[in-house]
Formats: sequence, structure tokens, C-alpha cells
Amino acid sequence: MKPVAFHPLARLLHWLMAVLILAMLFVGVSMVSDLSPRHTWLVSLHKAIGLALLLLVLVRIGVRLSLAPPPLPDDMPPVQRWAAKASHLLLYGLMLAMPVLGWGMQSAGGYPLPLQLPALLPHDLPLYALLRQAHGWLAYVLFATVLLHLGAALVHGLVRRDGVLRSMWPGPLPKN
Amino acid sequence: MSTPLHGRPRALRLAAIGLGLTALATGFAYAAGWIGAERLTPKRFIDTFETQAGHYPGYRKNHAKGLCVSGYFLSSGQAASLSTARVFNQSNVAVIGRFAIGGANPHSPDASVPTRSLALQLSTDDGQQWRTGMNTPPVLAVGTPEAFYQQVLAMSPDPATGKPDPARLQAFFAAHPESAAFRQWAKDYKASDSFASTSYNSINAFALIDASGKAHYVRWSLLPQTPFSALPAKVDDNDYLQHDLRQRLSQGPLRWTLQLTLAAAGDAVDDPSQPWPAQRPTVNAGTLVLDQVDAAERGACRDLNFDPLILPSGIRPSADPILAARSAAYSESFNRRSREAAQLGARP
Repeated sequence: MKPVAFHPLARLLHWLMAVLILAMLFVGVSMVSDLSPRHTWLVSLHKAIGLALLLLVLVRIGVRLSLAPPPLPDDMPPVQRWAAKASHLLLYGLMLAMPVLGWGMQSAGGYPLPLQLPALLPHDLPLYALLRQAHGWLAYVLFATVLLHLGAALVHGLVRRDGVLRSMWPGPLPKN
Repeated sequence: MSTPLHGRPRALRLAAIGLGLTALATGFAYAAGWIGAERLTPKRFIDTFETQAGHYPGYRKNHAKGLCVSGYFLSSGQAASLSTARVFNQSNVAVIGRFAIGGANPHSPDASVPTRSLALQLSTDDGQQWRTGMNTPPVLAVGTPEAFYQQVLAMSPDPATGKPDPARLQAFFAAHPESAAFRQWAKDYKASDSFASTSYNSINAFALIDASGKAHYVRWSLLPQTPFSALPAKVDDNDYLQHDLRQRLSQGPLRWTLQLTLAAAGDAVDDPSQPWPAQRPTVNAGTLVLDQVDAAERGACRDLNFDPLILPSGIRPSADPILAARSAAYSESFNRRSREAAQLGARP
């Protein structure tokens, strides 16, 4: 029988990362436009959450590959199926790319790394510029994708009422 | 499983979802500073520097004119009881640094700018780094980024004379009585004829953390071991200080004493405009020796951000808001010049 919901571990990772990613996006855009002592604190927080998210996304990719997700509803149009697959692929790609870019750009900028992690790349100013800009622009893409994902989930749950939102429900699964 | 909604209930729920997403996006735009009251941002500081001094792609956006040096720091061990930072007990610490003059114009004559700076990166054998940017004044005129921004505006060159408007400056200082110590320093300051015989000050306070976890607030200074000699009244060489430094280093290393001044209870540790009483105890933390100089705007210091909040364990920032603002603004300057280096190939 096909599963009707995501594995509890997948759901735990999803909601933990959802909260951290949303926090990360807000921390990121706030800190670059802030010069108060809050800036210092936000930068430390951004690095700490970034490292946590890197570890979590690696576990999550493993979980996604080893535990089959529930199938999409049979009556979903092909375009929506395609959009669902593409947006999830994009989300996974960005979840992995953002912390790696952060680590890489700090390396290329010649900055010391938290926990004395090794540099991923050599100290190189033009390379830093490229990675720093990619980190910023991809953050906007990630936020837009998160909005799309959230909107689609709510349409599934509140309008189509097809069980997709329930399959990722954070608590015990509600009855029909 | 419930059935899909149609008609009016469907429209209402779709509208509610749209509203929710819009609210989240608006919050994001507010956090980013795209909407809402105008804020003082790192970008605005750097924009203002570029408006005043001109746009010089690839250069630092302040203290733009400088040169890279290197050497080592010989710790005296005397500060090891105040801080667990390795730099205070490792006998010989590798140093790279940068001498500069103040201002955002990389072509200013060396003798025309009263502010000089020395930025250092000390790399200890435990893999940690300490970066510090020090300046000639021991205090700033003001204690908040907002007031500092007003000072920058008050110092805007008058298009007619190319110099700040004295009336505007006077009005600024009158409105900021906390600038008294800085004005006294500026009045008494005698420029030396060399980077080598200049003192450099941390300005901001930091906390040294000892082995028991206790914080000792300090400001630090590099005191030259080269005797003072006054800057001549008339200097024709635009790069006078750079030529002097090269000349001196070709004859031998130059030395400074790293002196830590300890705050007493009640001293302003988060206000860089307030000096501490002269009788505060000091500690000689060691000797900085500089023995190598690179070609102008070349060398290891060029592509580094001397963010004063890059600190080893054992040194922590104070709550000084100017210190946080320096870190944020240096980062904006670094990002901007890195983009110029990448896009235009612009390097000093």
C-alpha cells in the first residue's frame, strides 16, 4: 500500500527546517541593512543557523532518497504535477546551495570561519564577489519559492482539500 | 476525504491565502528595509563617502590610500593574566597590516590628511585571527552612528572652496558637546613626519576575558618607539609618508609598543567619544615589529576586510554602537569593492 503521509522523521525535518529557513531569510536581509549592535548578533546567528541547516539538509536528502513520499492526488493536472516536482527540486537545490555558498564566500573573502572550519576555496576577491552576489540573489529566489510552496500547500489544504497538506502535518495526522 | 470547494467559499479562501502570503512578503520587505521609515544603513554611509570624495572603483571606500606591510608581534606575556587570547602569550605572532591616511580619495596628498590609520591582522598558532583598525585620534567626536553620520554630512566639502564649511562644522560641534575631548585632541595634535613615529588607537573599547571568564575592559594603543619629529610646514611630495616608510624600512624594522589601558568601574566602555582618566593603569602587551612593505596597493592586506569585530577567543566586543557600525560599514565597503574588482577588473 502506498503511504498517505510523509514519514514522521521527514515531517520533523520539514517543519524544523521550515522555521529555521524562514528565520534565516529574515535574519539575512535584516543584518545587511542594519548597523546597530543588533547587526553583530544577527551575523553570528546567521552563521550558526546556516551551519545547522547544512547538516540538516544532508540528513534530509538522505531521508528523502530512502523513504518514499506519498504520491500526489490522481486528479492533479500534469502542469501542476510538473510544477510540484520542479519547485521541490528547486527547494532542495537552494537548501543545499545557500549554506555551501555562505561557507565558500567566507572562504574566498579571506574571513576566518566559525569553529575553525577549513576554507572551501582560496582567498580570491573576484570569486568572493561572485559568491556573495549569488548568495544574496538566491536568497530572494528561495524566499519566492517558499512563498509559492506555502501558497500551494494552503490551496491543497483549504481549497482542493485533497490530503496533500495533511500528508506533511506537523502533529499526529488528523482524521478525515 | 473532503470535496474541493467551489464558488464563493473557494474565492474567499483563495483571497485569504493571497492576503497571508502578501503579509509575509511585506514583512520580508520591511525586514530588508525596502519599505518603512528610512534607516541609517551601511549602504547609506558608503554612498555618502562616495558622493563626497568621488567614485574610485576597486578602492576601499574610506582610508582609501594606503600600503601593505608585514612583520610580527612579540608578546611580553604581561597581558596573559587579563585574556586567554593566544596572542598575549605566543612569543612571536605573524602580522600583516596596512598603513593608510583617512578619507575616501585614494589620490589625496599624504600630508593633507590629519587622520592616519594602521590596520593589523595577527594570526596565532591556534588558528585564530585578530583584526584591528586603529587611528590617530584616541577618541571620536561622537558616540553614536547617527551622530557620526551627521558629522560626516557637516564635513561635506563646500563646492566653492573644496573644504568643509567652517560655520556648518561649528554648528555641528556646538550641537554635540560630547565632542569636547575630540576637539581638544584636534587642537593639540601635531602631525609627525612619519607613519613610524605616529601613535594609533583602538578608539573603541573591548573586553579581555581571563581564564576565570572575568571581563576586563580595555582600549589599546600602539605607541611608536621611533622618536617624534614634526611634519614640515610645506610638503611637495604627494606620497611623502609612503616614501618615508619605504626609506625607513630599507634601513631596518620599525617598532611600536602595544599598550592596553584598563578601564575602571564607571568609565565609558561603550562610548568612544568619552576619554578615560589619564591615571588609568596600563599594561605593555608586547612589541609590534614591522619589517616589510609592499608596492603601493599591493600585498596581502589589499583584499582583506580589517573588520574590528574579527576577534580571537579571549577578546570580545564592547556594546559600543560605533564598533558595530564600523563592522557593518567595512563589510559594505568590502562587498562593493569586491564587485568592482569582479565586474570592472578594478583593483587599486
